[in-house]
Amino acid sequence: MSETARNIGLFGLVAALIVLTGVVQSWNTALVILNMGLVSAVMALGVNLQWGFAGLFNVGVMGFVALGGLAAVLVSMPPVGAAWAAGGGRVILGLLLGAGSIAAAIFAWRALSGRTRGVAVTAIILVGFFLYRAVFDPAVEAIESVDSASTGYLGGLGLPVIVAWPVGGLLAAGAAWIIGKIALGLRSDYLAIATLGIAEIIIAVLKNEDWLSRGVKNVIGLPRPVPYEVDLQQSETFAERAMSLGLDPVTASGLWVKANYGILLAIVLLIVFVLAQLALASPWGRMMRAIRDNETAARAMGKDVTRRHLQVFILGSAVCGLAGAMMTTLDGQLTPSSYQPLRFTFLVWVMVIVGGSGSNLGAVLGGFLIWLLWVQVEPVGQALMSVIASPLPDGSALRDHLLASTAHIRLFTMGLVLLLVLRFSPRGLIPEK
Amino acid sequence: MDLINAFMVLMNFVIVPATAYAAQLSLGALGVTMIYGILRFSNFAHGDSMAFGAMATILFTWGLQALGVSLGPLPTALLALPLGIAVTAAFLLGTDRAVYRFYRAQKANPVILVIVSMGVMFIYNGITRLIIGPDDRNFDDGARFLFTVRDFKEWSGLEEGFGLRSSQAITLVVAIAAVMLLFWFLNRTRTGKSMRAFSDNEDLALLSGINPEYVVRVTWIIVAALATLAGVLYGLDKSFKPFTYFQLLLPIFAAAIVGGLGSPLGAIAGGFVIAFSEVTITYAWKRVLTYALPDEMAPDGLVQLLSTDYKFAVSFMILVVVLLFRPTGLFRGKSV
Repeated sequence: MSETARNIGLFGLVAALIVLTGVVQSWNTALVILNMGLVSAVMALGVNLQWGFAGLFNVGVMGFVALGGLAAVLVSMPPVGAAWAAGGGRVILGLLLGAGSIAAAIFAWRALSGRTRGVAVTAIILVGFFLYRAVFDPAVEAIESVDSASTGYLGGLGLPVIVAWPVGGLLAAGAAWIIGKIALGLRSDYLAIATLGIAEIIIAVLKNEDWLSRGVKNVIGLPRPVPYEVDLQQSETFAERAMSLGLDPVTASGLWVKANYGILLAIVLLIVFVLAQLALASPWGRMMRAIRDNETAARAMGKDVTRRHLQVFILGSAVCGLAGAMMTTLDGQLTPSSYQPLRFTFLVWVMVIVGGSGSNLGAVLGGFLIWLLWVQVEPVGQALMSVIASPLPDGSALRDHLLASTAHIRLFTMGLVLLLVLRFSPRGLIPEK
Repeated sequence: MDLINAFMVLMNFVIVPATAYAAQLSLGALGVTMIYGILRFSNFAHGDSMAFGAMATILFTWGLQALGVSLGPLPTALLALPLGIAVTAAFLLGTDRAVYRFYRAQKANPVILVIVSMGVMFIYNGITRLIIGPDDRNFDDGARFLFTVRDFKEWSGLEEGFGLRSSQAITLVVAIAAVMLLFWFLNRTRTGKSMRAFSDNEDLALLSGINPEYVVRVTWIIVAALATLAGVLYGLDKSFKPFTYFQLLLPIFAAAIVGGLGSPLGAIAGGFVIAFSEVTITYAWKRVLTYALPDEMAPDGLVQLLSTDYKFAVSFMILVVVLLFRPTGLFRGKSV
């Protein structure tokens, strides 16, 4: 079987599974899975840039995805005037003070030497920290007390939510630059641990800095790039068209909105995919793979390995940020407590490895396939468990326990899939050429 | 100014809890560092190995409790520990046989092993939650306190005092015993010496006839013991919840790296650095300062540098500082 035929077959299989979901469960579910699959594919492309192109191990995907989500809030929500009046300027001043003292400390470290250096840097950091807290804390308190039940945060810029997508990429790129500067150029595990840490910290910030993201109170009702169902149902032309297709307007409006999202997401996926393909085939892509395959040789050829790594790390994280903003737009809300490392970091890794590290087509396939699996393992597991538990008497403790724990089968299955693919087909479903 | 009372508050809220936490982290970091030294990869499944070990011990504890066995004031979990360690050791050895050995034989790139350990982490995580569920479990059935704050105040007549929870005392005693045993083993026994030789220079060790598979097996057994101890002690001191063990991965790795990956002494030092920084930075110093400073200088605010929600940020900051200024760690571990 030729390679193209095989690839078409694999994508056909995924499409067939989604259609099957549509027939067996509902078309609504199928579209939800498809949309999230599109987002997952973008995430997988981002991680594939880092791992597949350059061999960088990023365990902080969740953090970059969450930053994208934050961007969606900061760009699209209407600004809260009262909160800005209460403490907006002071919060920004406080943040500037904090950033300024870090910059001053770095400058002092470079400019001075000997014992004065240590003393000066410590003094700058201490003074800067207390100044920052003195300005920042009261401002935060003032903002959070502004109508805390419905706002209590600064809000966003009130721009169209699509603008947030590239902004999410930029935010993630900024965070990636800081991490890359620190951890790249050291041994590979250090990047893994540093990204694991930054992801936890980003989530902690989103959960606790209510002035920024409303914390665990969540931001709901983000503006949409597509029409609302209610408006569609009231529009007569839409109702007529739905009727002519034999659908009732309520179902049709739900499907139409999701299809609209799907088209938007698919356009982004296509753009990212084409760019990634072009990058892979370009001299830059060849250089990246050369560095990945033999760092020492690449260095001997005069390539600045650390710089290239930093570059590709930032690019890949930016794509993850973009996907994060897309996801939050799709959900219409930012819920910081929903960011779980197993769901957002490790699942994306499974997608990349199963799809085929280093192959963009593979990453896209993995994104769809693993997402589908992730969603469908639970009902299948439920069915499996009831079969296993059926010989047990009703009301036995073991039976209840088995039935209650089907949710954890997901983790187990994902780990097993990852290990099996790594062991028996390490190049993935669509191997790198 | 009242330095004695200030010190008592400090003991109660900072020194005693931080020491217990440091001992738990050190045991965890020792496991990570041992795997790094012998098998040469960062084991992301270590947090979940701790959770598995703690779970096995909890199950045996419940069994013993059902049989009516009790250690009186000591938690029954101590009696279940050896059984828990044995099960965990068998489990880790099985994992090595089924998963890691293949990549070792292939001489795979360490980063592949890290990804494999991530898959193992998923599976452990799933198994632990399948068996015991994701909820909090409290399995400490011994006496709560060795002495309480009130006992201490009555005994000393001071305004402030400190209490010692039995779980903290047990943590310290068990951790010290385990570490002494480990160092005795590594420095005095033939197997321990061959393990150190293998860690220092694999080729030379192979040339001198050391059986690598034997060394690896012994390593997994020791790691299982350390992980189970760390998991059970942490669970006794706080409570057992599978997800918190996953989150412990960051401070544990930070401790191992701060000390220098591959250096057992470093892992212990790193554990103390991380634990004490975490506790002191997230502690509200108001009460201590109110006692320690003259009245007119007493602080108004809580004097808390960071809220406890950001305790991971502390490990991370220390990690960053170490990576920037001394990537090999305090004790000059391996740096590749």
